[in-house]
Formats: sequence, structure tokens, C-alpha cells
Amino acid sequence: MSAVSKLGVTRDPARVTRAAWLIGLGLVLLALPHLIYPVLALDILAWGLFAVAFDLLFGFSGLLSFGHAAFWGTSAYLTAYLLGHGQSVPVAIAGGTLSALALAVPVAYLSVRSSGIYFSMITLAFAQMVSFLALQWTDLTGGENGLQGFARPSFLGLDFSDAQVRYYVCLALFTLGFGVAYRAVRSPFGQAQQAVRDSEQRAQSVGYNPARFKFTAFLLSAGLAGLAGAMYTFGHGVVSLEVVNWRTSGEVVMMTLLGGTTTLFGPVIGAGIVLLLRDVLTTANLPVGIVTGVVFVLVVLFFRRGVVGTLQHWRRRR
Amino acid sequence: MFNGLVNGAFYALLSLGLAVIFGMLRIVNFMHGALYMLGAFAAFALGQLLGLGFWPSLILAPLLVGLLGVVLERGLLSRLYGLEPSYNLLLTFGLTLLTQDLVKQVMLSRFAVSSAPYSPPEVLSGVVNLGFVVFPKYRLFVIALSLVVCLVTWFVIEKTRVGAIIRASTENPVVTRAFGINVSLWVTGVFAVGAALAGLAGVLAAPIYSVEPYMGAELIITTFAVVVIGGMGSILGSVVTGFAVGVLAAVGAAVYPPIANTLVFILMALVLLVRPSGLFGLPEGAR
Repeated sequence: MSAVSKLGVTRDPARVTRAAWLIGLGLVLLALPHLIYPVLALDILAWGLFAVAFDLLFGFSGLLSFGHAAFWGTSAYLTAYLLGHGQSVPVAIAGGTLSALALAVPVAYLSVRSSGIYFSMITLAFAQMVSFLALQWTDLTGGENGLQGFARPSFLGLDFSDAQVRYYVCLALFTLGFGVAYRAVRSPFGQAQQAVRDSEQRAQSVGYNPARFKFTAFLLSAGLAGLAGAMYTFGHGVVSLEVVNWRTSGEVVMMTLLGGTTTLFGPVIGAGIVLLLRDVLTTANLPVGIVTGVVFVLVVLFFRRGVVGTLQHWRRRR
Repeated sequence: MFNGLVNGAFYALLSLGLAVIFGMLRIVNFMHGALYMLGAFAAFALGQLLGLGFWPSLILAPLLVGLLGVVLERGLLSRLYGLEPSYNLLLTFGLTLLTQDLVKQVMLSRFAVSSAPYSPPEVLSGVVNLGFVVFPKYRLFVIALSLVVCLVTWFVIEKTRVGAIIRASTENPVVTRAFGINVSLWVTGVFAVGAALAGLAGVLAAPIYSVEPYMGAELIITTFAVVVIGGMGSILGSVVTGFAVGVLAAVGAAVYPPIANTLVFILMALVLLVRPSGLFGLPEGAR
């Protein structure tokens, strides 16, 4: 009898854990701009979403893109350009995101035909094309000087000159983007995507078309990276060539690895750790590159599960 | 056009090293650009500290970089064998960040410069008249030496017993070991030689581009594109594409200057459309 009543309230433990993570992360993000300065908090949101977008491709499709700065950067530039040409904030952010998506169509078409390390090299090379374009096309990007001083006109009574307001707008966008990623991963599409990652042949034999799944996953990932890039521009009010540099592509990999791949929450936490660490290092006047490099090497060698992955591993073992 | 050949010589030397390391060991060595920079930096530091000139440095600096290659392979990369090759790329990416900033700190604190010129040896200064063009002697020397090195490397790997052992070690390590060959020693050796090639390119580049902590950063990406165009792992493909890309970029720059740096990536996209495995590469399945 007790078994029956227990059955009535049985909960999937994984589901409870996920809900706990969601609520916990949500509360931290709501409080964040009151704990650290708002622009840094905003950075964590933008990079966090960027890392989630990257992980959709790396963790859930097994494709290591080493050129995701292309999508983040293209959107960042176009958002700045649109704002600089008198467009409203929502139009600029949507325009930036769409530009990343549009760029992803040919890039995805060409690169998903390769796998493994070939895929990484090809995405890297495409990102370099975008980076050179950004350097040369000075009318659009400002070249070495970048773009700054563009307007962020108020919208619906929201005053975007206040960093806190910008943060909460970005939090809404982040929630939207994270929601899309979350749904995608748990949907039949997401399951099939992971099946393709684990064994392309097996997935093919049960009737899936691996290339099509990879293509769609690539577009989704690039679009979310674009949304994140738009948030970044909107938050800072400045864009420089840094957004299309290959270091940027590498940094998002590091954040994802450090937080834990295939965990969705991990990349956000990884982004938070990296940005907070960098903030501390810069204020303490320590060499950022050396410390980041050492952390990267240690993570790859000894900590491949990442923070969230390690926690999950411990829980499962108990 | 002729300066294109000089750039091509560097692309060829660097992509040769990358191709050797990737083709034999399946390691994507993102650190190759940093090793090139270390070669140049070693030449500069040897000159400053020990008063060594160009010629001894041309031998010593690649040896030092090769030695560092041994340490890297033995100490770090060997821990990742058996995992996805992506992790090699990520590890070497982290090492690149580390090395660049470390050298920057050392240059600033020890030598009080952020970028240093390096002079070519007396014998090679001045120009030479080739009949159709007047060309600096040093640049001619760079082209010639790099051609020789590329040819020798290609010959050793494709035509000699040493090459056969290396290829056997990487294609079937278990059986090769059964023949009494020390596979891990060969693997370390190959990585060291690849690293030394990058170091050599660095020393050669020092008098032309001057020594600077980030000199390898952009070059490595072009080199990756060269390797992708040539066909990853193909020694011949890397060398031929390296020189070709150098010349092509120079010709492109003469026609429309801003395109020079992007041309290689446009070329890469075109080649990939037609031949996804590169010009000289075998299709992925055929390996």
C-alpha cells in the first residue's frame, strides 16, 4: 500500500536536480548585478550564452568549432552598426542575431561535411576570413579603431544608459536563448543529435540523416552565439577587432570545458569563473595570458569533466 | 612576386612541420606558431646573452626548440593519446597563450624591449642582381634553404627506411612494437623534428620580420589554411601549397592590396567545395 502511495508522488530524481539547478542559477543571475559591478555581470550573461551555444555543437553534436568568434563577432558588429545608424535596440539586436544566422548557412554547409579535427580547422579558417573582413571593411567595422559612441535609444520607457537596466534586458534575452537551447537538447531533435554524435552509422541505419542534423545544430548554435554577441555590444557600447579574433574562439572553448560540456549549466558557470578570475587578475595587475594559459592546460589534462560534470559524476557515484 | 616566394618559404616550412606532426601523430599542434616565435626569440636571446651570431643560432635555436618539443610530447601530449584529437588542439592552444605572454614578460623585464630587430649575417647583406630582378641576398638564401629542408624531409619520410618505420609506428603501433621497434621513442622524435622545423623557420624569419612575442599568432592560422588546402597530413601537399599560396598572395596584393591576407581563405573555401580532403589529401575514409 505504501508502494502505491509512493508511486503517486514518484519523481524523476534527474528532473528534480535539473529544477534545482535552474532555480539556483536563476536566483544567482537575478542577484548578480548587485553583487559585482553590472557590466561584468552582463559580460557573464553574454559569454555564458555564447558558451551554451558553443556547447550545443561541441557537447551535443561532437563538433569542435574553433571559429565561433565569427558568429559572435559578426552579430556584435552588425548590432553596433544598426545602433549607429539610428535603429532601435530591438531591431539592432534582432538584426545582429539574424546576420550571424545568415553567415552560418554557407559556413555550416561547407563545414559539416567534415568531422573531427578537419571540422575544427575549417571553422577556424572561416572565422579568419571574417576577421580579415572586419579589419578591411572599415566603413562597417571601423577597422583597428572599432566602433563606439553609438546611441542606445530608450525603448518602452527603458533607459539603456543605466547598466542595471541593460543587465535585466540581457537577462531576459539570456533566458530566451537558454530556453531555446534547453528545449532543443531535451526534444526529440536533441536526442537524435546525440545519437548522431555517439554513432553516425547507427543513427543513419535507423533512418536519420546525420548531415542534416549537424547542419541544423550548427545553425541553432550560430544563431544563439549571434544573440550573445548582440547582447555583448548592447552591454558595452563598444566593439573592437577582439570580437573576431581567434583567441575569442578559444576562450569560449575554455569556458565550456571548465564548466563542463554537455551540461548546459556548466558553460554558464565556466564563463562566470573565467570572467571573474580575469577581473581579479587585471585588478591585481597579474599577467592574464599566463594564468589563463595555465588554467587551460590544467583543465584539458586533469579536469576534462569540468565543474558541473565533476559534481554530476560524484552524485552519480554515491 | 619574388617576395611572395619568401613568404611562401615560411608557409612551406611551417606547414611542413605541421603536416609531419599531424600526418604521423594525429596531433593538431596549435602551438606551432608559438614554436616559430620561440625559434626567433631563442636566436635573439642567444645573441644578447652569449653574443652568438646568426650562424650558430641557426643551428642552436632549432635544437633548443626541438628539445622543448621532446619535453612537451613526453610531459604533456602523451597523456592525451587515446582521447579525441580535439584535446591535443585545446592543450596546445592553452600552451600558446602561456608561451606568448611568458615571452612578452621576459622580453620586457630582461631585455626591456617589446619587439627587437635582428640583423642578417654580413655575408648575406646587400643585394644580388638576378638579371631580371634585384633581390636582397638574405631573402634568396631563405628561399633556397627552405627548399632544401623541405626536399630532404620529404625524401626521408617518403623514400627511406626511417620514413617507413615512422609510418609503421603510427599506423599500427602494436605490430611495430612486436618487431622490436621502440614506438614511443620514434613518436617523440617526430614531434621534436616538427618542432625544430618551426624553430628553424623562426630563426630565418627574425631578420625579415624582427622578433616579437605574437609574431606566430596570425601566421599559424594562414599555415592551417595551407595545410587544409594541401590535404592534412600530406607532406608534398603542404610544401607545394605553401609556396603557391605565398606567390598567389603576392600577386593578389599587386592587383588589389587588401585581399592579400584573405585570399588564402577564399582559396580554401573553393578547394573544399570541390575536394573536401584537400588537393593532395586522400578522402577521410581511405586512410
